[in-house]
Amino acid sequence: MLSSGKPDIPAPLTNLKIQYTKIFINNEWHSSVSGKKFPVLNPATEEIICHVEEGDKEDVDKAVKAARQAFQIGSPWRTMDASERARLLFKLADLIERDRLLLATMEAMNAGKIFSNAYLMDVSACIRALQYCAGWADKIQGLTIPADGNIFTYTRHEPIGVCGQIIPWNFPLIMLIGKIAPALSCGNTVVVKPAEQTPLTALHVASLIKEAGFPPGVVNIVPGYGPTAGAAISSHMDVDKVAFTGSTEVGKIIKEAAGKSNLKRVTLELGGKSPCIVFADADLDSAVEHAHQGVFFHQGQCCVAASRLYVEESIYDEFVRRSVERAKKYVLGNPLTGGVNQGPQIDKEQHDKILDLIESGKKEGAKLECGGGPWGNKGYFVQPTVFSNVRDDMRIAKEEIFGPVQQIMKFKSLDDVIKRANNTHYGLAAGIFTTDLNKAITVSSALQAGTVWVNCYLMGSSQSPFGGFKMSGNGREMGEYGLYEYTEVKTVKMKISQKNS
Amino acid sequence: MLRAAATLGPSLGRRLLSAAATQAVPAPNQQPEIFYNKIFIDNEWHDAVSKKTFPTVNPATGEVICQVAEGDKALETLDNGKPYVISYLVDLDMVLKCLRYYAGWADKYHGKTIPIDGDFFSYTRHEPVGVCGQIIPWNFPLLMQAWKLGPALATGNVVVMKVAEQTPLTALYVANLIKEAGFPPGVVNIVPGFGPTAGAAVASHEDVDKVAFTGSTEIGRLIQVAAGSSNLKRVTLELGGKSPNIIMSDADMDWAVEQAHFALFFNQGQCCCAGSRTFVQEDVYNEFVERSVARAKSRVVGNPFDSKTEQGPQVDETQFKKILGYINSGKQEGAKLLCGGGPAADRGYYIQPTVFGDVQDGMTIAKEEIFGPVMQILKFKTIEEVVGRANNSSYGLAAAVFTKDLDKANYLSQALQAGTVWVNCYDVFGAQSPFGGYKMSGSGRELGEYGLQAYTEVKTVTVKIPQKNS
Repeated sequence: MLSSGKPDIPAPLTNLKIQYTKIFINNEWHSSVSGKKFPVLNPATEEIICHVEEGDKEDVDKAVKAARQAFQIGSPWRTMDASERARLLFKLADLIERDRLLLATMEAMNAGKIFSNAYLMDVSACIRALQYCAGWADKIQGLTIPADGNIFTYTRHEPIGVCGQIIPWNFPLIMLIGKIAPALSCGNTVVVKPAEQTPLTALHVASLIKEAGFPPGVVNIVPGYGPTAGAAISSHMDVDKVAFTGSTEVGKIIKEAAGKSNLKRVTLELGGKSPCIVFADADLDSAVEHAHQGVFFHQGQCCVAASRLYVEESIYDEFVRRSVERAKKYVLGNPLTGGVNQGPQIDKEQHDKILDLIESGKKEGAKLECGGGPWGNKGYFVQPTVFSNVRDDMRIAKEEIFGPVQQIMKFKSLDDVIKRANNTHYGLAAGIFTTDLNKAITVSSALQAGTVWVNCYLMGSSQSPFGGFKMSGNGREMGEYGLYEYTEVKTVKMKISQKNS
Repeated sequence: MLRAAATLGPSLGRRLLSAAATQAVPAPNQQPEIFYNKIFIDNEWHDAVSKKTFPTVNPATGEVICQVAEGDKALETLDNGKPYVISYLVDLDMVLKCLRYYAGWADKYHGKTIPIDGDFFSYTRHEPVGVCGQIIPWNFPLLMQAWKLGPALATGNVVVMKVAEQTPLTALYVANLIKEAGFPPGVVNIVPGFGPTAGAAVASHEDVDKVAFTGSTEIGRLIQVAAGSSNLKRVTLELGGKSPNIIMSDADMDWAVEQAHFALFFNQGQCCCAGSRTFVQEDVYNEFVERSVARAKSRVVGNPFDSKTEQGPQVDETQFKKILGYINSGKQEGAKLLCGGGPAADRGYYIQPTVFGDVQDGMTIAKEEIFGPVMQILKFKTIEEVVGRANNSSYGLAAAVFTKDLDKANYLSQALQAGTVWVNCYDVFGAQSPFGGYKMSGSGRELGEYGLQAYTEVKTVTVKIPQKNS
C-alpha cells in the first residue's frame, strides 16, 4: 500500500485544534442532557485528544424530534427540488475537499490511520461518494404502470423518513458519508451516531453540513456509546429506519430491537471471514500482493479482510514464502509520521482480542511464520503476523480477528475449496486469483459472497453495490441498489373514466 | 427557469423584469468583445479551409456584429435578440441545470446481466454511439447546445456540432470553456456555417455515426433522407409544432390567460412548442379573447438590453418577412385581427404582438408554424370535439389543458397526440423530463434518462460457461 511521506502531499497539521466536540442537532451545537462527556483517544499514544459531549437517550430523542420536524410535508427539505438536494451534496463535497488536510490529520490521529492513506484515499472516497449520490437525487424515478382497470396508476419513490445511522470506527469519514449521502440524496433526514472511539471527523463534517446550507434538522449527529445512544436509536418508536455497520454480534441486537419496537426497516453491514482462493495458474506476484493488502490494509481492520487464504497445493510453499517476506516490510509507529506504514489497532479491547486469537493459533497448532505478538511500549500495536498450515476448524480460521494476522490454508480440488470457502455464517466478500476464464466465472458464481473480486481485492467504488450474504449483513449500500434501502414506494391509483394504452 | 418564470403569476413578465431592476441580475455589457469567431476543432481555433467568413447580425439593429469563419465541407442577446433578463435568468439557469443533470448520469447508465437460456453468461454494455453530428437552431442557442452536449458527452461520445448561422457566438464561447474545463482534444468540435453546406456535410458524412437535429420539419426530412442515402446513421429529430392549448370553461381564467399568452409569445414566439392554437371553450370564449388582447397590447416591445423589455426582435430578416406574410394570410382568409398586425419599429426585425380571433381550422395561420408573436384563438364546444381538432395535425410536439376537473385532465392527457402534455401550466421544462415529438414533430426524446438512449449503442456479450446457476 501507499507509504507515508510521499513528496506530493502536504505534511499533517501540527497543533490541530479540535473545534467541534458537542452534539449537533438542528444545525446547532448542544451539550448533553446529562452533562456527561467522554474521552476520545489517540490509539498510537493512548493519550486523550479531547472530551466530547456524551449523547444518551434524551439527546437521541431531541435529535429524532428535529429530524421528524425537518421531514414534515411542506418543510423546506420536503419541498426542495431534488436537483437542489444534489447541489447541496456537491457543495458538501467541495467543502470536504477544502478541508482535506484538516480532516486527514484528524482521521489519522483519532483512528490510527496512516496519514497518506487518509489524505489520498479516505477523503477522496468521501468526495466521490457524495458526487455520485448527488447525481442520483433527481433521477430517483417511479413508474407509471399499465394496471388492469380504468385506473391511472403510478408510483412515487418517497424518502422513508427519519433514518438512524450507526457508524463504526474503522473508516469513520467514509462510513459517515457512505451512510448520509444516499439517505440525503433520496430526501431522508438522519440521526447519526458515530463510533465512540472516533467521533471527531463526523463532528467536523457536521459543521460543513451547516455551512453547505442543509436546512436545520436534516442531519443530526449524536456522539455516544452503543448500549446507550445506539440502543436508543434502534429501539426508538419514531425512527423509520436504522442502518448499522459493525459487528455481527451487535447487528443481531439491532435487528431484534427493530422488531420489538416499531418494525423499523433495517440494513446491516457486518463482519466477515472472507476467503481468497489462489489457483496454481494465477499470476503469483500479483496474487501475493493483493492477498496481502486484502488482509493487512488498515491494520486488518476491514470488514472484507481476506482472512482465509486458500492456496492451491502446487504453489503453496512458494506462496507462503513470498507472503511472509511481504509481511516483514512494515514500519510500525505513529501514523502521522512520515515513513510509517502500519499504525495501531483502534483500542485496548481490539488489541487484546487480536492477541488472544494469535495465542489460540499457536496453541491449536498453526505454524507461526512471523510476528505473533504486540509491538512497542505504548499504543495498541500488533506485529504483522502470518500463520501457515492453518486448519479450517481453528479459531483463527473461523472467527473474525480484525487485526494484522494472515491465515494461509492449502487446497487440492476446486469443488472442495468452494465448499470450504462457503462453510461459514459470514458472506461479505471473496477473492479469486486465476487466469482461466471458466474458473473465474464458475467460482464467482458459486461463492456465497456479496462482492467477489477476480484478480484483485479491496476495489470499491460508489457505483457498485456492497453488502453481505448470510450473517454478514442485510441489504446493499451504494450503486443504484443502495437507493432502494432509502426509499419507500407509494402506489397511487386514480380512477379515470376510460383507460387507453 | 421557464417553470420558475411561469409560476410568477399574472404579471409574470413584469415580475421577472423587476427582479432585473433590483440587484438580482447584473447590468448587461451591451457591446461585449467577441473573442471567438473561428472554427473549434481538437481544442484549437481554425480559419475555414475556404478562408470564407460570414456575417452575424444584431437583429435589434440590422447591423453586422462581426465576421465568423464559415465552415464548409472542409465545420444571446446580441446574436439572437432575446431580452437580456430572460437570457440571464432563464436560458443560463437551464443550461447549467442540464449540464449538471447529465454529469450525474455519466456513471449510472447501467447495462444489465441477463438470465438467458442455456449455459451462458450474458450481459449488455451501454457503449457510446461514436461520432455524433449535432445541428442546432438559433432560437435558444446556448440551451440547445447544452441539450445536445449533455447526453452525448455523459455517455462517452465525441461531437461535431454545426451551430446556426444566425447565432454562432455563444456556442463558440462555450467551446473555449470546453477547452478550459479539460475535455481532451477532439471530443467536442464546433463548426459554424450554413445548413445546405456544413449541415448537409454532417448529415451525409460516411463517418458520422449519428445525427441529431433541431429545426424545421422541412429540413428534418432532408436530414433523414441524407442519413438513409449515406451510411444509415442513427437519427433523432426535434422539429416544428402547432401545439394546441385547450382552455376548458372551468379553468382559472386569470391564470389561463396569462399562461396562454406566455405559451405563444415567449421568446418572440420562436419556440418549437409554442401554444399556437389556443382552443377556448365557448362559454368563456369572449372573456378570454378580450383579456388576451388586453394582455397582448400591454406587451412591451423594445431593445432587448432594456430591462423593461418583454419582447425583442425576431432573429433575422427571413423570419421577419415570413411572419408578416402569415399575418397577411390571416387577414386575407378572414380571421379577425384584434391587435397588432405589422412591424413594430423602423429598424431591426420587431413585430407587434398580434392576436387573431375567430380562427377556423382550415386557415393557413391555424395549420402552419408561424414562429412569431402571432396568437390564434379558436372556439370549441365539447371535449370530444376539441380532441379531434387538436390531433388533426401532422405535428405532435406539445399540448396543454387548463381545467380544474380531474377527469378532464386525465382524459385529455391520454388522448392528445403530443410528446409533452402540460396540465394547468405551459413551457415547463426540466432536465429530468423527456421532451420530443409525436408524428412529424420529430423522432426520439431529449432530456431525462430517455435522452441517453439515442446516444448509446447496446452491445450484448454472451460467454459460454461450464454450468449456469441462477
